[in-house]
Amino acid sequence: MNAAGFPLLSLLTFLPLVGAGILLFIRGDEAAVAANARWTALWTSLIVFALSLILWFSFDKSTADFQFVELHEWMPGFGLAYHLGVDGISVLFVLLSTLLTPICILASWEAVQSRVREYMIAFLVLETMMVGMFASMDMLMFYIFFEGVLIPMFLIIGVWGGQRRVYAAYKLFLYTLLGSLLMLLALLTLWFMAGTTSIPELFKLQIAPSLQVWLFLAFFASFAVKVPMWPVHTWLPDAHVEAPTAGSVILAGVLLKMGGYGFIRFSLPLLPVATEWFAPLIFTLSIVAVIYTSLVAMAQEDMKKLIAYSSVAHMGIVTLGIFALNHQGLSGAIFQMLSHGVVSGALFLCVGVVYDRVHSREIARYGGVAKVMPGYATVFMLFTMASVALPGTAGFPGEFLVLVGAWQANPWVALFAATGMILGACYMLWLYRRVLFSKLTKAEIKALLDLSPREYLTFAPLVVLTLWMGIYPSSFLSFFEASVTALLARHEAAMALPRLAGM
Amino acid sequence: MYIGAIFFPLVGAIISGFFGRLIGDKAAQWTTVFFMALAAICGLTNFVNVALGHAPATVELFTWMNVGGLQFSWALRYDTVAAVMVGMVTLTSTMIHMYSVGYMSHDPTTPRFFAYLSLFTFMMLMLVTADNLVQLFFGWEGIGLASYLLIGYWYEKESANRAAMKAFIVNRVGDLFFMMGMALTFWTFGTVEFDGIFQGVAAAQSQTIGGIPVLELIALLLFLGAMGKSAQIGLHTWLPDAMEGPTPVSALIHAATLVTAGVFLMARMSPLVEYAPNVLGIITFIGATTAFFAATVGCVQNDIKRVIAYSTCSQLGYMFFAIGVGAYQGAVFHLFTHAFFKALLFLSAGSVIHAMSDEQDIRKMGGIWKKIPITYAMFWIGSLALAGIPLFAGYYSKDFVLEAAFAGHGWTASYAFIMGMLAALMTAFYSWRLIILTFHGAPRADHHTMEHVHESPAVMLVPLFVLGVGALFAGAVFAPYFVGHDWVEFWNNSIVNAPHNHIMHDAHEVPSWVPLAPTVAGVVGIAIGYVFYMFVPSLPGRLAAAFPGLYRFLLNKWYFDELYDFLFVRPARRLAYWLWKVGDAKVIDGMPNGAASLTAAAAGRVTKFQTGRVANYAFTMIIGVVLFVSIFLFGIGR
Repeated sequence: MNAAGFPLLSLLTFLPLVGAGILLFIRGDEAAVAANARWTALWTSLIVFALSLILWFSFDKSTADFQFVELHEWMPGFGLAYHLGVDGISVLFVLLSTLLTPICILASWEAVQSRVREYMIAFLVLETMMVGMFASMDMLMFYIFFEGVLIPMFLIIGVWGGQRRVYAAYKLFLYTLLGSLLMLLALLTLWFMAGTTSIPELFKLQIAPSLQVWLFLAFFASFAVKVPMWPVHTWLPDAHVEAPTAGSVILAGVLLKMGGYGFIRFSLPLLPVATEWFAPLIFTLSIVAVIYTSLVAMAQEDMKKLIAYSSVAHMGIVTLGIFALNHQGLSGAIFQMLSHGVVSGALFLCVGVVYDRVHSREIARYGGVAKVMPGYATVFMLFTMASVALPGTAGFPGEFLVLVGAWQANPWVALFAATGMILGACYMLWLYRRVLFSKLTKAEIKALLDLSPREYLTFAPLVVLTLWMGIYPSSFLSFFEASVTALLARHEAAMALPRLAGM
Repeated sequence: MYIGAIFFPLVGAIISGFFGRLIGDKAAQWTTVFFMALAAICGLTNFVNVALGHAPATVELFTWMNVGGLQFSWALRYDTVAAVMVGMVTLTSTMIHMYSVGYMSHDPTTPRFFAYLSLFTFMMLMLVTADNLVQLFFGWEGIGLASYLLIGYWYEKESANRAAMKAFIVNRVGDLFFMMGMALTFWTFGTVEFDGIFQGVAAAQSQTIGGIPVLELIALLLFLGAMGKSAQIGLHTWLPDAMEGPTPVSALIHAATLVTAGVFLMARMSPLVEYAPNVLGIITFIGATTAFFAATVGCVQNDIKRVIAYSTCSQLGYMFFAIGVGAYQGAVFHLFTHAFFKALLFLSAGSVIHAMSDEQDIRKMGGIWKKIPITYAMFWIGSLALAGIPLFAGYYSKDFVLEAAFAGHGWTASYAFIMGMLAALMTAFYSWRLIILTFHGAPRADHHTMEHVHESPAVMLVPLFVLGVGALFAGAVFAPYFVGHDWVEFWNNSIVNAPHNHIMHDAHEVPSWVPLAPTVAGVVGIAIGYVFYMFVPSLPGRLAAAFPGLYRFLLNKWYFDELYDFLFVRPARRLAYWLWKVGDAKVIDGMPNGAASLTAAAAGRVTKFQTGRVANYAFTMIIGVVLFVSIFLFGIGR
């Protein structure tokens, strides 16, 4: 059946939903419900993570094919099927989702005190949606999960968020929904053409270049919002600022990756001509994203907003790498997405740590925190350095590979994108200096306690990953080496066809 | 041995950094010193084996990345250049660690300091033993991080924080070009490993990109990167500010090791740089200008550490124009001797600062030479070496560099020689200005401070002696190997001169007045120093009054900081704020928010129709019916 011998991916996808179901039946007084809900959610997500490690160990890195495939006919007359599987591109995103969920639950342990059960249900449902989306091999399923992610996220921001949470939640919802509707049109067109929604089947499709352009734009509308690319990025800072800490972590860690993943999964292989055609536009938007949002980040007075803008800049590097359309660029983009998931997630956790204590995200309220929280200062410094892509941390390999790849596409593009190196250092060090350094004068800050054991536990896996991805990135890069090679080979072949036909 | 020299400092850093509070301050300090000493033993043994024994080696650790043909590993490459650097770095670093035990004894968080110091050393060693550009970049950024942490070590001081950020960000400007250089290197040679690059140079000579020869462009990009690290004019502004860090840091990082990374990079890439004649010209010009510029500024500064910092900047200029004229060996030789005497000078300055209760302004010193005679003697040795007085270490290297500049071709080489001579004169002048103002004359400090002036403890003096010995003899002992008779065997092709480059030979064939000239310049400079500050002390004041514009120009360091503030910092801030408040909030968000309010307003109007009165609805229906019937009957729709 598949390499695991049992339907692993289905289990990974729906086990959180089972946990959420159990949560529904917890009874008792409020405190007991809350405690039970936390533990149930934590155990569910930990079991899911433990199971997902099977993917890490028994994934066959030498092939670009889909693995752990599960295929059940659903509506064969319409070409619809229940079809799960992972290849080198998606497998690590599944792992990223299953890793970040328990971390998020741990991070919300004390921060969330109202409606704990519902909160945990929302997170488990979210995990189902995320894993399902990355594991879907059927386009309709992909679409359902892709959209489904929005619902729990909307609730997490709208219910447990900050003061302007309703505005932020609606903004997130409307922006992404608008894009997705166009994607639905593209999906229907493809379904109509191929008579099936199976992704491997769709890859065999030859689409006329003129149609490719329209389909590309439809996909682009959806994915660009998710990434988010400039100028459709403004929902992100608002969503981040209002979301609870764990919500920001998952938003930055996984949800932003759905856009980039979509580009790689659909736009590149399905629409090769349009991809080449639109690449210059994407380059421009990416460069604008890097420079513009980095500058805006420098002006921020809110910690979360600053990191949110930095995310947009980092994702600009990702889109640049994807559309550089060479091995280094594409691998770098995938790696950057993974590392950004870890690092920016960790940075939001860092903000959450002091937010839980002081209840303010305003940078000016802090200063000299390093004096009273040396452990926190160390952790924060590590992630700051990872964010500015210091070699030896997770941020570097991705950025380096993308810039190398971009140079081949166009040296000027690489040069402009690389200014992010300078600007990134400016805003991150500026943030660090204002929060952690300088003289400790504020009474409120003097009373802060350093990280608790639970918080250390939350950070530990992210610290390990950040260093591991920096020092020995090969163990991650090797997962998608074969898939990227195959993807590019297919792209080259597809590009050769119209040229031949033209002659 | 090979691995130990590099990784022992890391072990020390980890123990001190993470377990410092557990094992106590003293234990943490001596642990790092111990591991540094181990590294130094390994480093010196390696120097003997590799450089003197002509046995280069490469230790491959494990693959770092392998992506679509872009493949490189973590590896330690020991050839002569690397071995020279490893030996020099581990030795000076050990001395500076030891010195810090005394210097930092009153500091409350010493384990952190020692952890940073050891971390820095590790990164520097990774840099010099890299066998590919990316690992070199790892060390490059790593020393940047360590330097950022050390400059901002006293993070409660705003000035220290500002200086630390400035150092990191200015360096990043250079790093951007380094990164681009790596990308172009990969697409040119298909590899970023040194062996592969050097083998491909011959084939790449005819390639161009956008009309520019590829080799020239790579060399230029890497040089722009080196300019940041090595504080060449334009990207030098961070170095004087970096003196905010504790003095041992200034000695280790901002004199002996970090700032020489750029020189090392150029020497390491010599097989490629040799084939970029135009870039070599640029390097010569920039180096010579830096040497001159920094020397002029050094003449009027009043902070003891800033004077030495500008002197460092100036000496780095020497190293670069040596590279520019093709005498890489001379550059590395000057780097080597400079590490000893400049570290000695900084540590002596630290000893003075220590004695003067943390006073750094030389206008508030004076009259202390009898109270701290050993420090005073060491300061003399360092200054004599810096001024290039015969038999001291600096004499051999500086002389050779200037001879090479004289023998070099093109107008840039002549320019470098003239600038170098002028800088040599000024170097001697400001060194003796510093000595006289610091140690001689009537005491200008307050009574309380003067009572506390004391010689430093042995743990600080021993490193001074060791470095003093280096400043005395490193030149005479090693000159035959580095630039003299045995240079071909010694370098063992770790530095390559192109077949058309005979500078190593020509430098010895210059007219007989040339080798004498730097010494004469040095002596004249010293004499002027004595006249100005010992014999006719009113002269400097009168000169400053006579040329107020020039004086202010020099005192304000040629207004570089103000210029950059005006050109980059303030516009960036304004633009950032504008993009946020106008670009994001008004323009981009204006559209969806506008659409939303339009919808809301339209909906509001529409709801007005729903009044709930049956009569209104009935009237509307009748109107509708009338319209329909009219259309149907009179065929308006047709």
